[in-house]
Amino acid sequence: MPYNFENGFWVLILFPLLGAAVNGLMGKRFPAGMVALIACFMSGLSFLVAFGTFLQFSNLPGESRVLSKHLFTWIESGNFVASFGLLLDPLSMVMILIITGVGFLIHVYSTRYMREHPGFYRYFAYLNLFIFMMSVLALADNYLMMFIGWEGVGLCSYLLIGYYFDRKSAGDAAKKAFIVNRVGDAGFILGVLLIFRTFQSVEFIPVFEQVVRRFPEAEASFGILSAIALLLFVGAIGKSAQIPLYVWLPDAMEGPTPVSALIHAATMVTAGVYLTARSAALYSRTPEVLALVASIGAITALFAALIATVQTDIKRVLAYSTVSQLGYMFIAVGVGAFGAGIFHLFTHAFFKALLFLGAGSVILALHHEQNLFKMGGLRRYLPITSLTMWIGTLAISGIPPFAGFFSKDEILAKAYESPLGSPLLWALGLVAAGLTAFYMFRLMFLTFHGRGHHEKHPPREDSNSVSIPLLFLALFSLIAGWIGLPPYLGINRFEHFLEPSFRYQYQHGASETAHTSELLLASVTILAAVLGIAVSYLLYVRKPGTSGKLASRFPSVYRILERKFYVDEIYDFLVVHPLYRLAVRTLWRTIDVRLIDGTVNGTGSFFQAWGHLLKRIQAGYARIYASWVLWGALLVILYCYFSLA
Amino acid sequence: MVPITHYLMLSAILFALGALGVLINRNIISMFMCVELMLNAVNLAFIAFSRFLNQVDGQIFVFFVMIVAAAEAAVGLALIVLFFRDKSTLDVDQANSLKW
Repeated sequence: MPYNFENGFWVLILFPLLGAAVNGLMGKRFPAGMVALIACFMSGLSFLVAFGTFLQFSNLPGESRVLSKHLFTWIESGNFVASFGLLLDPLSMVMILIITGVGFLIHVYSTRYMREHPGFYRYFAYLNLFIFMMSVLALADNYLMMFIGWEGVGLCSYLLIGYYFDRKSAGDAAKKAFIVNRVGDAGFILGVLLIFRTFQSVEFIPVFEQVVRRFPEAEASFGILSAIALLLFVGAIGKSAQIPLYVWLPDAMEGPTPVSALIHAATMVTAGVYLTARSAALYSRTPEVLALVASIGAITALFAALIATVQTDIKRVLAYSTVSQLGYMFIAVGVGAFGAGIFHLFTHAFFKALLFLGAGSVILALHHEQNLFKMGGLRRYLPITSLTMWIGTLAISGIPPFAGFFSKDEILAKAYESPLGSPLLWALGLVAAGLTAFYMFRLMFLTFHGRGHHEKHPPREDSNSVSIPLLFLALFSLIAGWIGLPPYLGINRFEHFLEPSFRYQYQHGASETAHTSELLLASVTILAAVLGIAVSYLLYVRKPGTSGKLASRFPSVYRILERKFYVDEIYDFLVVHPLYRLAVRTLWRTIDVRLIDGTVNGTGSFFQAWGHLLKRIQAGYARIYASWVLWGALLVILYCYFSLA
Repeated sequence: MVPITHYLMLSAILFALGALGVLINRNIISMFMCVELMLNAVNLAFIAFSRFLNQVDGQIFVFFVMIVAAAEAAVGLALIVLFFRDKSTLDVDQANSLKW
């Protein structure tokens, strides 16, 4: 009898945990090959279980595609119950396939990329732990357990950003990521508390059923649902690096490149989008919050794309690109098109992981050179990297038939035609799409084309463990979009597959648009991308000096972009510096040193001073003690004499 | 009959002499004798009041004091012997090792 994944799917979270435990506790004594083997084997096994589950899962009829598995009761106190249970529905299925699939490829890639680094076992233990935590996040059947996974991936992210802990910048970046995420997490946990207060439960399905029963209509004004949705969105902003909490993600590039690919591009940063989509029942009833979500998404998409156009570090361009693409996903969920957001999450996982791994391959070949302007002409030396990265670039730029086109096109179409959307959102997204094409082609032209100076030490492509993940991801960057065809080309299987997960969603009126107008929108999107590509080609291939001239022509514009709109500086001035001063001057130097230490030390020195005075009585001479007795007796006698007289 | 004030004056003088002796003597044995003098000064006061008030309570107290003094002498002298063995002197100022 074949393995029954319906009941046994939960084992997939155990393998990476086991791998993390074995490597983390004993990996120091293992040879590097064995560490890598254990880690890859465990994540591979996890993927196999996920894939097997998917095959059986997709045979089930649509309405029964919600499997739950109660493992044990975690907390039980009064009417508060938090169970350690897993929920497998189409939404978490998609997430699990991305997490374990991309995760496995990145494990394989890391065996080569991290080969020369000390603490190899540490890296793989963290990476396996990350897969476990992310699986918990995606499979959780209640908000509290999701929060465990949420914090767990934050911890792994912190550990892996600070992997090169002997470099100060890496330590700072890790702390920045951790602290900025705390701001968001505070919102998340408050949201969960408010959910429990309102619905007496934290489990998804009971909560959503109550939402449907108690809130048949969308909230007309700001009420309890909006408050919950807003608090959860604060958590999503932190994790998914949206304005105003996006600042940690670019700095997170201090971590090893495969980590950037897995955690800071494909999986963890999309957790915010996942949270929003998971809570579709709540969000779809709070149009005001949704409008905020969509606007923040659109502004972030444009803002980050603008910054990406002038960055010179290959990984930073990709980091801002990730921020921008996450903005797209939030546009989608913000106009109520949760399926479209998850679709972009899905395709983005492939092409962005591919681009990061390609960048890693370039960095490896150039011995850790990350400056775009010192690259060039690598096409000849790194043919596989070049080919696969071109596929990734075409995908992210939204050129059909690559994956990014379908998801991005769907988002822009929904932004335009959804009852919650608006032409303004669409226009912002469109400009961001053009900019995306521009900065990605700029990156590619600067890296692989033009002339390089590599004659002395020709860089070469590394082993198969680097190329094979690239080829796999390239394949998916090409075909992953075909499962979600726009209505004028066929059917959207992806959306259809996800439907059971969004059955509690409130429908804001149907949006029926003619195929012709959708075709028109798609053509405009492609046109914007082509325009971006053309400008990029003109600036970096046809007349390579033009970009420098433009920069010196508009020095202030260039400077603002290059300094990333001075956001880090503004935060330093407005938040970091005042907090630092409060901490150092008031809390440390005044309250701690003066008040608390002062009280404690003062008590000590008070008694010490008196002791110094009184110790003189204890001279050690018996006759002096005797005279004290005598004086005492005299005093008593005098007292008696005067009081009795 | 000698009035009681004479007895009490004598008792006070003896007590004061004893106390002074304890304070100014360095020799432990002399100090010890002075303590005995003070005890006996008190005894004298007790006896005088006992006679004056025609009550035996004072005399009973005197017996107690004498017994205590005898016991004190036994223990005290033993301590003095030990002190002398340790320090080879009877100077009380040498017994200063218990100070701060």
